[in-house]
Amino acid sequence: MGYVSTIGSIDRVLAGLDSAEGIDDLQALSERIRDEYGITNVVYHWVNSNGDQYGCGTYSEAWVLRYLERKYVRIDPVILGCYQRFHPVEWKRLDWSSRAARGFLADAIEHGVGNQGYSIPIRGPNGQFALFTCNDSCDDATWADFIERNRRDMILLAHDFNRKALDLEPDRTPDRAVTLSPREVDALTLLAVGYSRAQVASTLSISEHTLRVYIESARHKLGAVNTTHAVARALQRGAIVV
Amino acid sequence: MIRYIYGTDLVRHPRLRDGMFRDRADQFVTRLGWDLPLRPDGAEVDQYDALDPLYVIWEKADGSHGGSMRLLPTTGRTMVNEHFTDLIGGGTIVSPLIWECTRFCLARETDPRTAAALMLAGGEVMHGFGVEHYVGVFDARMVRIYRRIGASPEVLGTTGEGRGAISIGLWEFTPEAQARVAQSAGIAPDQSRRWFDDAFGRTPLRAAAASAA
Repeated sequence: MGYVSTIGSIDRVLAGLDSAEGIDDLQALSERIRDEYGITNVVYHWVNSNGDQYGCGTYSEAWVLRYLERKYVRIDPVILGCYQRFHPVEWKRLDWSSRAARGFLADAIEHGVGNQGYSIPIRGPNGQFALFTCNDSCDDATWADFIERNRRDMILLAHDFNRKALDLEPDRTPDRAVTLSPREVDALTLLAVGYSRAQVASTLSISEHTLRVYIESARHKLGAVNTTHAVARALQRGAIVV
Repeated sequence: MIRYIYGTDLVRHPRLRDGMFRDRADQFVTRLGWDLPLRPDGAEVDQYDALDPLYVIWEKADGSHGGSMRLLPTTGRTMVNEHFTDLIGGGTIVSPLIWECTRFCLARETDPRTAAALMLAGGEVMHGFGVEHYVGVFDARMVRIYRRIGASPEVLGTTGEGRGAISIGLWEFTPEAQARVAQSAGIAPDQSRRWFDDAFGRTPLRAAAASAA
C-alpha cells in the first residue's frame, strides 16, 4: 500500500463521514474504513454520562451477542485499559495474563476478532466516552508497520467519527457552527489566495512551525483531511472570504 | 525515574501526589507570586486537575516528587483555550494531534537533570501516542531552562512582566531535539523507553528486543 493510496483512503472516508445522515451511514462507514485500510474489523462504541450506549462496526452479530451475554465488558482488557484514558492503546501492551482475559481472547478470535488491535479512546463533551478500534489478524511486525503508517489517520478518523456520532444524537442541540480563531482565519485566507506556507508565516510574523499548529487546529475544527481540504471547506462554509 | 500517572491513579501514589501539589504551591505561589488559590492543606490544585489529566512525574531516588507536568488533550477543556486565548490571538487551539502541557514544576532541591528528564518523557509521549505538538503555559524562569536543555518552545504570547510573566509556547519534537534533551538529561534512550513501557505496557517487538539484548 503506497503513501498516495493511503491519503486517498482517508480522503474518501472523511467525505463519507461528512455526508452521513444517520446511524446506518456510520455502520456503512465502519465497513468502508475496514475495506479501505484492508483490515479485519473497525469498531466504534460510545457511552454517555446517562449510561446510554451506542455502537457500530464490523464485528459479527454472534460476537456482539456473546460479548453482551457473557458480560465481557467487565473483563475485556481493552475496555479496562482505555476507559476514561485519552492515549491510544496497542492491545498487546495491555495485560492479558489473567485466565479470564486469555479465555476472553480465545473466544473473541473464535468469533472472527483479529489478534491485533489499536484502540483510540475519546473523551467527549459532558462525560461522553467513546472508543474507536481497528483490528486485524497478522503477526506483530506486520501490525507494528501498519500502525506506524496509519496511526495518524486512525486518530483523526476516530475523532471525526465521534463528532459525527454526537451530531447524529437525537436530542442534540443544533450543531455548533465552526468558529475559527482569528489566526486560523488569517492563515487559511492567505493559503486560499495562493500564498506559500513560508509567505503566510512571514506575512503573519510567525514561524512555519506555529503556522502548522494553526492550520492543524483549523483542519480539525473543519473536519478536513488536509490543508487543501481545510481551505476548501472554510470557503464553502463562509468561515473565510477571499 | 519517570512516572506517567493519570489523575485517577494518583491515589495509589500518595507521596508523589502530595509532593507534587505542595511543590506546585511552592513554585507558583511562594516563589513566582502567582495569585492561585491554595487548599487548606497548602496544596495547589486547580479545576484542570479534576479532569483526570496525565501527569508526568520525576520521582527522586528516595521516592519523593522532584518535578512534574500535566498533560490534557486539546479536544477537551484546556487552560490555554479557557484562560489564555488573548495570548494566542483569540480563539482556541483544538486537535487530537495537539496536547496541552501545563504546571511544569521543579521541586526546590531536585536533581539538576529533572527538567530535561521531564522533557524527554514528553517526547516519549509524543512518539508513543502520535502527538505532534504540545501547547503549553509556562513561567518566565522556564525560558532559560528550556533553552539550556535544548527544548525551547516557540513563544506565541506573553502576559505580565519579570518573574510574574506567563507565556504560551509550542513544542514539537524532532529526533534531533529529542537526542539533545536525552543528552541533557543524561538518560539513555533505552532507559527512557523502559519507563514509558513500565507505565503503558510493552509491545511484543520491544519485549523481543529486550530479551535478545
